[in-house]
Order: sequence, then structure tokens, then C-alpha cells
Amino acid sequence: MKPDLELYDYWPYEGRPKITWPNGAKVAFWVAPNIEFYELNPPVNPLRKAWPRPSPDVLMAASRDYGNRAGHRRVMDVMDKYNVRGSVSLNIGLIDHHPELIEEAKERDWEFFSHGIYNTRYSYEMDEAQERAILEDSLESVMKATGQKLAGYLAPALTHTERTIDLLAEYGFLYSCDLFQDDMPQPINVKSGRLISMPYSLEINDIIVYNAYLGTPRRYGQMIKDQFDQMLIEGADCGNVMCIPLHAYAVGHPHRIKGFEEALEYITGHAKEDVWVATGREIAEYYYENYYDACAADIAARKGG
Amino acid sequence: MTLDKDYLEYPNRRAGMDHDLYDFSMLDRRPNVTWPNGSKLALWISYSLEFFPLDQPAKPFKAPGGMVTPYPDLRHYTTRDYGNRIGIHRIWKVLNKHGLKASAAVNSKVAERYPYLINKINERGDEIIGHGVDMGKVHYGGMDDAEEQALIKESLGTLRKASGQPVTGWWSPGKSESWNTGKHLTANGVEYSCDWGNDDMPYQMNEAAGNIWAMPHGDEIWDRTIIMDKKHNETEFVEEIEDAFTVLYDETDQYGGRVLSIVLTPYIIGQHYRIKYLDEVLGWIMKHEDVWSANGSEILSAFKEQA
Repeated sequence: MKPDLELYDYWPYEGRPKITWPNGAKVAFWVAPNIEFYELNPPVNPLRKAWPRPSPDVLMAASRDYGNRAGHRRVMDVMDKYNVRGSVSLNIGLIDHHPELIEEAKERDWEFFSHGIYNTRYSYEMDEAQERAILEDSLESVMKATGQKLAGYLAPALTHTERTIDLLAEYGFLYSCDLFQDDMPQPINVKSGRLISMPYSLEINDIIVYNAYLGTPRRYGQMIKDQFDQMLIEGADCGNVMCIPLHAYAVGHPHRIKGFEEALEYITGHAKEDVWVATGREIAEYYYENYYDACAADIAARKGG
Repeated sequence: MTLDKDYLEYPNRRAGMDHDLYDFSMLDRRPNVTWPNGSKLALWISYSLEFFPLDQPAKPFKAPGGMVTPYPDLRHYTTRDYGNRIGIHRIWKVLNKHGLKASAAVNSKVAERYPYLINKINERGDEIIGHGVDMGKVHYGGMDDAEEQALIKESLGTLRKASGQPVTGWWSPGKSESWNTGKHLTANGVEYSCDWGNDDMPYQMNEAAGNIWAMPHGDEIWDRTIIMDKKHNETEFVEEIEDAFTVLYDETDQYGGRVLSIVLTPYIIGQHYRIKYLDEVLGWIMKHEDVWSANGSEILSAFKEQA
């Protein structure tokens, strides 16, 4: 173990090159529905149990399956209503299990990014060959099912190794959602190629709000609106990125979907000069094209402060 | 240290689920159903009457609501018992006021210890569903098969004898099952289970699960989840149920009849300061047209006629 993987340099918030998103927008906004598959009886990782109870953990597994059977429809309907395309954080195994869901996302021109093979298989203790196999499986399976070359990654259940980030760059991923140090994309120090960290969120994340902050569904909606308001103010100085991560098994319940709908209605009700509604890939590509070099140079020039 | 080779093998990576207990099916792709008299929404209220033994074992875990402190945990034992003595009466009073039916999930130990409650349930006409023997005896993967069969027989046998009801519904303590629970339940005359909260409508499971019907008895619109686990206050509890109702009710125009399942715990919602909020939200629901108050068996039977 190391005290720091030195994946990125300290980069003070003030005085950065000013970012402006398309149409002069101050906030690049993206929605990332996690479409996940949880195995009922997965093999055991020595560092993390998949389920609290002995398999079959009916209570937990059923709650996750609810998202795919019932909740996803509500999430997709709300996103359709406000013309927001999703960037799907996809457990790759789900392509085989539930191709219906993949087809519906494809029809809407949604982006897919990899969220590992299953949310019940963790990266802890994987050797390099095993971790490469996860990435190669992801790239091949998504290309075959959707024709998309994967651009983004969020480690399954946020489980990493010391080499995860380097491997992403080596395999040509454009962005990683695994790092939470900033509100803007940031060039990451990788052994080969280029990679940026893409703001995702462990704050206005439905799972965190409901299960860690014990927030009500309406408070969840209010938190999203409040975050957007603040980002709009700060975005006048330097454009930032706002992501709403979703889990249909959480936000897709009848008592919760309204909070999300209110938030989406509010955000998409803003002018295109304020908010750029995009996908993870679109934000990453725009950043590489317009700001990566300037930001990388600024980081190098200000190293540590 | 590295992971075994099988950690990256996926023998069950295939179309559908990774097990044989039930098939995958997206809710919105199924045929619409209609409830009796053209009702849009079936309102399914259920409540649990539970006995938490003071010497509750943690084998292999304690069912939610169980003992917490070192033995003897009189504080939790008696607060749970409060529900069986006082809280349930407040719930019944509210249900009576609004003319609502319900399913009563009863530990068979409750029927043995407090026959009074069984008589009251029968007087109200509530459906009794099996809820295991007591909250110290959970069903779980890897448990002894003969032991599980004996628990199911004891629970159902006691409840049927005490109530005279057929008892065709089941809710395992802690919503926990073994791999064989479904098969053993149907072999003992049970038709539906409340353990699988993965849908908003009934669906029939596969032979591996005894072809039991899974009822939409989720763990979300449950006073235990909202009030005890999520720490939401009573006003928020009302708002969440109203939101759930509105969303489901509005969906019926496109997707056909839906079920709103509200799960109640006498020692939680039956507190003095909470009961009026149950009264409020049920009154609000019943102001709507086309709401059908039914118990689990009635909902399943109406559903099966159209399946």
C-alpha cells in the first residue's frame, strides 16, 4: 500500500483557465443511470461480501432486481419527457441478461460506459491479467451489442486496484468516473496515453442521499436543484460539470420518482446559455478538444500551488 | 494474493436471470389487468403481529426489530410487545373507520400465546398469512432442510387450527428464505409469498421456487423502512405514500391496474403520536375513486383470472 497513488496533482480552484461549454454554457450537465446486475449467488471476494445474508439474500437481491423489472421504465420515461439522454453506467453482464434494456437505451442514442461485469464482482485482489480481462470483456461486449467504443469507466461497486486508472488510459478510455476530487474534469497522471477524471457524484447520488443521508425523496430533488443553482453561479467564473447518478432500484420507486422529475424539470428549464445537456463522452470529447492542453499546462506550471 | 480463476468465470451469464427461481420480465411489457368494478388501484394493507423471543438467536442473523442489548433486553422485548397489546388496536380502529381490509402476517407463536388476537382478526375479517414460527426462527440459505420443513408445518398448522382460515399467503420472518422455501411452502398449501419485493404486480415464480406467486409486497412503503430505517418523520411518511399512490394511480391509464402495498408494524405506526398520520393518509387515498381495498388473496385471485 502507498500513501498516495499520485493520480493527479494538487490544482487550486482559483485562477484556472476559464472553461466555457458549448453555447457559452456554464454547467455541463449529464445524467448517469446505473443499469446493474447483482448475482444471487456470486463467488466470494475475500475483501468484500456481496450480500449481508447467506445466499439467497432475497431481501437485497429482490430490491436490486426491482430496478430492472419495474423502476427503469419510470426513470426512462422521465428522461424522455425532458429530452435528456442517459450515459449508462453498465454492468456489462447485463447485456446478456437483459438485452431488452440495452435495446431501449440504444433506441434513444444513450451512451454506455463500463461499470464492470457485475456489481457483485469486485476488483479487490485481482491480478493484472484479471483486471485486463474485465476491461477487454467490457470493450468487446459493448462494441458487439451497441457499436459504441467505450469511453468511460466506473469501477464495479467502486472497487479499485492500484493499476485500475493506468489500465483505463492504456485501453483508450477517455474518462474515469472513479475520482471525486473536483467539479471539473482534470487531466490524470497515467503511465501511457491520456485520461481525465469526470465529475460523477457521491453526494447527489440517489443511493447516498437515501441510504447514507437518509434523505426523503423530495429532499433529494431539492438537493439537486440547490447544487445546480450553486454551480450556475460558480460556472460564470469557470464552467463545471454536474452529474446526476441514478439507480432505478432506488429512484425508480413510485414514492421517489417525483423528486427526480422535479429536479430534471428545473434544470432543463434553464437556457442553453446556462446549461449544456450532454453525455459523459460528449463532455470528455469537448474537453479534450478545447481545454485538456491548457489545463495540463496550467497544472504543470502551478505544480502544488 | 490473487483471486481464484473462477472469480472471472460466469457460468450463469445468459439471457434472463442468473438462477432458475423466476424468469425476468419487464413490468411495462405485460398485458394490462383490470381490478373488480373497473378499479384502477388495489390498496393492499398488511400488518405483522410478531413475537420476538428474549433469547432470540443470531442464527445466522437477527430478524429486523430483534433484540439489541445484552440479555435480558427487556427494553426491546417489551416495546415490540406493545404493538401486540396496544398498537394493533389503533391500526384496527383506523382501518375500520375507512372500511379497509387487510392481511395479517402472524407468527404462529403469537397465535399460541395470544389467541385473543386471532379472534379479533377473524372478527374484522382480515386474511391471516403465515409469518413463520417467531422472529427468532429465520429461514436462510444453507439451513437444515428438515428443520425448515418443520418450521413451515408448525407455523401453518398452528395458524390454520387457531383461525379456521386456509392461510394461503406467506411472509418469512425478516423476508429471508432458503433456496427451498418456495417449494416447501407450496407443498404445504401456500399460494403466494410476500418475500420478493422485486415487482409492482404479482407474478408466478418457476418450479425451482415451487411455482409460488410472488406478490408486490416491497420493503419500501413500510413504516419500518421509512420511519425506523430512514428516520423520516410522520409528515414525510404521509407525503411518500401520497406520492407513491399518485404515481401508481396515474400509471393505470396506460398500464392497467396497479397495486399499492402499504406494510404496517403495530409497534411503529401504532404509537400515539403516529397513528393520526395513518388515518390522514388512508383518508386521503380513499377520497379517490376507483380504489379497491383488498387483501392479498383477493388481489391474487383477481389477477389470476386474467393471467
